[in-house]
Amino acid sequence: MPPILQGLFTILVGVTGCVAYFWLSNLLLDRVICPPHGPHAGRNITRANLIRPWLFLFPALVVLGLYLAYPVVGSFVRSLHDRSGTEFIGLGNYADLIASGGFRVAVRNNILWLLVVPAAATAFGLLAAQLTDRLSWGNVAKSLIFMPMAISFVGASLIWRFVYDNSFDIGLINAVRGAFGAERAIDVIQIPFWNNFFIMFIMVWIQTGFAMVILSAALRGIPEETVEAAIMDGASPTQIFFRIKVPQIMGTIVVVWTTITFLVLKVFDIVYTMTGGNFGTHILPSYMMSFMFRDDGRATAVAFVIMILVLPVMIWNIRQARREMR
Amino acid sequence: MHSIAGRKSGLQWAVHLSVVALVLLWLIPTLGLLVSSVRDRDQIAETGWWLAPLPVEMTFRIRAAPDDARASGDGFVIAGNVLDDPAQARWFPDGAGTVTAFGTRGAAPTEHAPGDTAELRTGGTLSVARDGAFTITAPDALTRPVSIFFEARVPPRVTLDNYATVLTSDGMDRAFLNTLTVAVPATVIPILIAAFAAYALAWMDFRGRGVLIAAVVGLLVVPLQLALVPLLNLHNAVGIGQSFLGIWLAHTGFGMPLAIYLLRNYMVGLPRDIIESARVDGATDFQIFTRIILPLSFPALAAFAIFQFLWVWNDLLVAKVFLPSGSDAQVMTVKIADDLIGSRGGDWGILAAAAFVSIAVPLVVFFTLQRYLVRGLLAGSVK
Amino acid sequence: MAEVKLTGVAKAYGDTQVLSDIDLEIATGELVVFVGPSGCGKSTLLRMIAGLEQITAGRLEIDRQVVNDIPPAQRGIAMVFQSYALYPHMTVRDNMAFALKIAGRSRAQIDAAVERAAKTLQLDRLLDRLPKQLSGGQRQRVAIGRAIVRDPKVYLFDEPLSNLDAALRVATRIEIAQLKESMPDSTMIYVTHDQVEAMTLASRIVVLAGGGIAQVGAPLDLYQRPRTEFVAQFIGSPAMNLLPAEVVETGARTRVRLASGAEAVAAIPTRDGDRGMAVNLGVRPEDMDLAEGAGLVSGRVALTEALGELTVLHVAQSGGAEVLAKLPGVHSELRGQTVSLGAAPERLHLFHDGRSLLYR
Repeated sequence: MPPILQGLFTILVGVTGCVAYFWLSNLLLDRVICPPHGPHAGRNITRANLIRPWLFLFPALVVLGLYLAYPVVGSFVRSLHDRSGTEFIGLGNYADLIASGGFRVAVRNNILWLLVVPAAATAFGLLAAQLTDRLSWGNVAKSLIFMPMAISFVGASLIWRFVYDNSFDIGLINAVRGAFGAERAIDVIQIPFWNNFFIMFIMVWIQTGFAMVILSAALRGIPEETVEAAIMDGASPTQIFFRIKVPQIMGTIVVVWTTITFLVLKVFDIVYTMTGGNFGTHILPSYMMSFMFRDDGRATAVAFVIMILVLPVMIWNIRQARREMR
Repeated sequence: MHSIAGRKSGLQWAVHLSVVALVLLWLIPTLGLLVSSVRDRDQIAETGWWLAPLPVEMTFRIRAAPDDARASGDGFVIAGNVLDDPAQARWFPDGAGTVTAFGTRGAAPTEHAPGDTAELRTGGTLSVARDGAFTITAPDALTRPVSIFFEARVPPRVTLDNYATVLTSDGMDRAFLNTLTVAVPATVIPILIAAFAAYALAWMDFRGRGVLIAAVVGLLVVPLQLALVPLLNLHNAVGIGQSFLGIWLAHTGFGMPLAIYLLRNYMVGLPRDIIESARVDGATDFQIFTRIILPLSFPALAAFAIFQFLWVWNDLLVAKVFLPSGSDAQVMTVKIADDLIGSRGGDWGILAAAAFVSIAVPLVVFFTLQRYLVRGLLAGSVK
Repeated sequence: MAEVKLTGVAKAYGDTQVLSDIDLEIATGELVVFVGPSGCGKSTLLRMIAGLEQITAGRLEIDRQVVNDIPPAQRGIAMVFQSYALYPHMTVRDNMAFALKIAGRSRAQIDAAVERAAKTLQLDRLLDRLPKQLSGGQRQRVAIGRAIVRDPKVYLFDEPLSNLDAALRVATRIEIAQLKESMPDSTMIYVTHDQVEAMTLASRIVVLAGGGIAQVGAPLDLYQRPRTEFVAQFIGSPAMNLLPAEVVETGARTRVRLASGAEAVAAIPTRDGDRGMAVNLGVRPEDMDLAEGAGLVSGRVALTEALGELTVLHVAQSGGAEVLAKLPGVHSELRGQTVSLGAAPERLHLFHDGRSLLYR
């Protein structure tokens, strides 16, 4: 069977399967197990209401448990074993990682990414949101800045190869340098250390639209009166922006910042496509992929390091969610 | 605020200009890709894409065959027009064109100005006129072809050749279908499962609901990397292995927390009165879900569908791990990153066309459904 | 015949007791209004009757059947929500038909019921519109129509007019009154915080306070013979004045002496042993008039509020609380002057320990 038919078949089976499960299980509960009539109507209804949520939740819980909760444990256990997976070596993989120079470079780069990308994307997004607000063609501008969001990291990397390439006729940067009289084209992707920032900018380019859209909505949500009051008080546009508007959307800024932070910790595609991790550009996700299929023990150890990096924000997130529910 | 008195128009201009600059910075790289993808590969090598609408000065080489020589005076002469040569006829449709320089050696193809007469190394002379007419004179009979190098101004050529090449000989057509095959079920199935769970978490009262919601929020940020090795081992152990079924399941799992989170956030914001009213009207939970909640949650469902579709379509990591590595099952991102960049590294037209094939569908989805995407983003992040 | 009967009904959220020991009988054809200050539990009580809240203790009967554990749809009730709760994705017709469709009625029955209700409420032309295409008043009527279609034994209204502007509120109130008149056998329970609605619509009012029923009675009964100081002050606006006093003479009529030394006679009987009892003398502002002599209260007029047809005087007693009086006509000239105010003995109320001496 060709894959495309297999795909259609899967949709059919998956959708009817899901619908049938939900419908039949509810029917079974209402008609057979706890019918809401007869001598025990009241008790049966109460009982059905205890069971029903779990019918609704069951498939999702299975999927979540198997595909997200189990791997956290599974990865940790695997990371305590050697390459073949048979011999328990304790924290050996982690010790090897710490001793290796490549890992240290990846950690350093990752910290740079975590510092630079969310900050830059949020700042650009805030700037774009503020500038396009109330502009007659603001929506068109926003749409274009938002567009990279739809482009894959691989596609985006290719797009930026056209900017970074080391010839005067392909790379925009070199073309501009040439126009100012540079003699030799340079390969910005190979400049030690600074090449990281060129690669990071691709991520900034993708994420700015996301930040802009959300911050723009937050800016619109600011009560107009507070701005008008500030105008009456004689504040300049800059003062209004930094002292009236930004403090009021601080909560949203934090949300945007953390969301991009999480994304940065997942994305290996850009580094993989731009340099494959050469020239000192590895970050942890790409470093992990360099071990994938070769040394699962080492790969899971790197993955677990990423998990540890995420952990504090994850706990903060959960706390925040629980507070909101009260 | 447009009506506030005494505003400076200069400031307004500055705003306009900064936005223009910002938009250009965001648009130009993509534009470069699009333009490059429809240029001729030889022209790409000659000038930057930003010069694409301008004629390109390109260097050509033709060979004047000795058979065409005829005796003239005390030697031999070959006459003809360099622009008529079949090797580059595509550049000069009616033999029209302008020669800007010519030469006799590959090392210096533009040594002489048109109309000049150049000495041939083998003895004899070559001259090429501005309209392409050339004359070779030789003292003795010619035995080997004479190479003529010339440079001519060529009008820009817009072509879909790159796309044709990518789609036929490079196998992007197969990769496109594979991507589609992965993306559609991996978008539809999680929505269905998540919608039911989200309803339970939003509108049903039961012990442990708070803990489950917190767990979903927590799982939202579990790094994908953590799941790769254990799940691949699991898939291998149960016989799914690296396959389409495996990647559908994986994407369903990885998309689930966001789906539940987004949909629950939206559903919990629906008016309580409406749901209670339906209950008073006699609807069961299942009926409330299918007849009230689902239709009303359409914006959130659409938003998540777009998210998940874009995410799956654009994914490289999960496809690399959960699909077999042969070209039969390669999706477009893998094809480009692992295959084309290696084998076609310097062929910018091909790379651009491939990239554009892969981003075309997301761009269409993005621009037609942007409204829902924005709404979904807001529902997920701003409270 | 009791259509709705509550016996010892209580509601608690965890350790917080919201309502306790509610006993109430509502007869067929009555329009009973629940009023009370915000947070008194009136909406909770309504939602318990609807089945949207579990009953913690006690017994709820509708049509002589205990319904504590019966789901809302099977209780024979219909509810009109404060926000109308129209299904935004359904037309007016589908909104009204939804309950009948769920119940599995035939197409013809549904159409007939919807047409009939639409005619009653003048919704016939709006049947194919969506809720968002309707005005506030029209939405309100659809919400009522949705209830009528089900032909319930009991209608429940949860502050149905509070989302309308003032003019529309009056008009809709009258419509509801007419609707009730056209359906004499239907029983209605109506929750509001607006005492004008309560006074004009109700056949009986239930005043809820402090998690229990303060008084049940016909509107004028509550106004003229309030059982407690709370009810006395809650019904009527501005609120009843309460003046500390002491009983000096008992009998069929009671003479009391105020703190200021002034004396008054109230047409309320007391027993011999009541002499010397500390009471609160209650006088409604609208029952006060300007007295020639000493009167009940005298003081300087600190403020006058002229409303056109009447004037509210704020009289500052020397050494006592401010007293309000509502006089017909315009009396702005009284501001700053010293006046004395009196009231007829039949209009006076006496309270001891917050409870009226009428109900001993």
